[in-house]
Amino acid sequence: MFGLSPADWQAIEVTLRLCFYTTVILLIIATPIAWWLAGGRSPARVAVQAVVALPLVLPPTVLGFYLLIVLGPRGFIGGTLENLGLQHLAFSFEGILIASVIYSMPFAVQPLTEAFNNLGRRPAEVAGSLGAGIIDRFFTVILPLTKGGFVVAATLTFAHTLGEFGVILMLGGSIPGETKVLSVLIYDHAEAMNYQAAHRLSFMLLVFSFITLFLVYSFTRRFEVAKV
Amino acid sequence: MTLAVRARWRRGADFTLDVDLELAPSGVTALFGRSGCGKTSLLRIIAGLERTSDAEVRFRGQRWQEGRHFLPLHRRRVGLVFQEHSLLAHLSVRGNLLYGYRRTPARQRRHHPDAVTVILGINGLLDRRIDQLSGGQRQRVSLGRALLSSPQLLLLDEPMSALDTQTRREILPFFSDLAAHADVPIVLVTHSPDEVQRLADHVVFMDDGRIECVESLKDTLARPDSPLFGNSGPASVLEGRLLAGSGDGLTRFGNDRIELFLQTSQPPPAGTSRLSIQSSDVAISTHRLAGISVLNQLEMTIRQLDRLRPGRVLVTGNLADGQALSAEITEHSAARLGLEHGQRCYALIKSVALLD
Repeated sequence: MFGLSPADWQAIEVTLRLCFYTTVILLIIATPIAWWLAGGRSPARVAVQAVVALPLVLPPTVLGFYLLIVLGPRGFIGGTLENLGLQHLAFSFEGILIASVIYSMPFAVQPLTEAFNNLGRRPAEVAGSLGAGIIDRFFTVILPLTKGGFVVAATLTFAHTLGEFGVILMLGGSIPGETKVLSVLIYDHAEAMNYQAAHRLSFMLLVFSFITLFLVYSFTRRFEVAKV
Repeated sequence: MTLAVRARWRRGADFTLDVDLELAPSGVTALFGRSGCGKTSLLRIIAGLERTSDAEVRFRGQRWQEGRHFLPLHRRRVGLVFQEHSLLAHLSVRGNLLYGYRRTPARQRRHHPDAVTVILGINGLLDRRIDQLSGGQRQRVSLGRALLSSPQLLLLDEPMSALDTQTRREILPFFSDLAAHADVPIVLVTHSPDEVQRLADHVVFMDDGRIECVESLKDTLARPDSPLFGNSGPASVLEGRLLAGSGDGLTRFGNDRIELFLQTSQPPPAGTSRLSIQSSDVAISTHRLAGISVLNQLEMTIRQLDRLRPGRVLVTGNLADGQALSAEITEHSAARLGLEHGQRCYALIKSVALLD
């Protein structure tokens, strides 16, 4: 189909798997962080905000390099895992998943922080006074009132993970079925002068990304209008 | 005692809340003071909306906050009504009303949704969206929502200050009904002397993060320098029932011991009402006067004479039913009439205001 090779399909499968898990994990992690960040201004909050935003400005190679050191066989985490009789995380799917989560963090945290800021604390306070516990409050009040923010966060995270290249190349290498994602495969195709294969995949990514962003922006606009 | 709060809370560089307070076991307690005096902060600590380290809150023998112990908001069973609209926008009126009701165990429920919606006059709005409600309707729904969670304490944070005068007039009777009939203590944050006179049984005066004094409404009204009076000078508040007019365009107010006449266009509400009488609108006579246009002459026994400011004396007496009324007269008149403690006299009331 579409003239794609089995290797292409394998890369697509790895990419989608990576995007899906990254999005799910990030929504779970980013929600409490964003809620806390939206709680006011304090030096600790500003510091966390800056750390979360680091991937926006750092070259992906810098992030990938440090992750390689930490997650690799001699790194703090990788080494500990090896001592426990487990595999270290460099050059593995789990490794690039951790990298993606960190690398796409701002794309989940920032829309959610914004949504929580707009919402304010009042609805949650009211729900609490009416007997709703924290989880109850989240699912019956906060989530329904900020679902626009969650849609934006999820889509941006997914799309941004789709476009990852540098971090994965540094940390994951290019192992088919494990760490070889679309962007890396396109690079491989281009290196091998296989321009037609590179073009097919590139064009798919281009179209997919455009559609995603188009949907996000039309949704956020509708969301803003609905709020007024 | 019911509610005990002690708290020290530094907020920013120039504000410290420092309170140690025991509140009345029932009725309405007003936290009164200028904006920024810390009354809302105090309310938030009581509710459990602020988790400050140096605070203790106890309510009817339950420890709400003490040391590291902190009973979270959703387990305190307090009803909250805020100044601005705080309804949940994704739910209908019904959804809002039942949000707390559904989360209240059946055996703790004291009110039925049908009864509450009828009393508050919102039974026709149940399927409306929140943005289709007027300001007064929103506050009534908020109040109903809080009541339906069967709280053990109601906390009202300036519930009427965002409403226009007309809406406030329309909604105040609901609050005073609530104050009179709900078997739940109420803490009301307000900066309006009118609301205090209309609704409160006790007043906590706050200034700059501190509590200046805690008094019953009666006591504070008996004090010529009460902060409640502000610029308009001392006033008295009389409690009684309004009775329908008798064709002379006048409405009767009072009880079986005292009776006043007043002009009002509004139909008399059920239950008790309160009148406010400015002390400067009351004159004193040693005899009942005939041939005078003033309608309201009440006999009273002088209890207290206070010098207000140079040349002015505040005469406070007990009416036949024991309620206090004060009159502001000149020192010269007081001397001329020979007014003294225990003496009987007549208060001539030139104008009264129905607190509604």
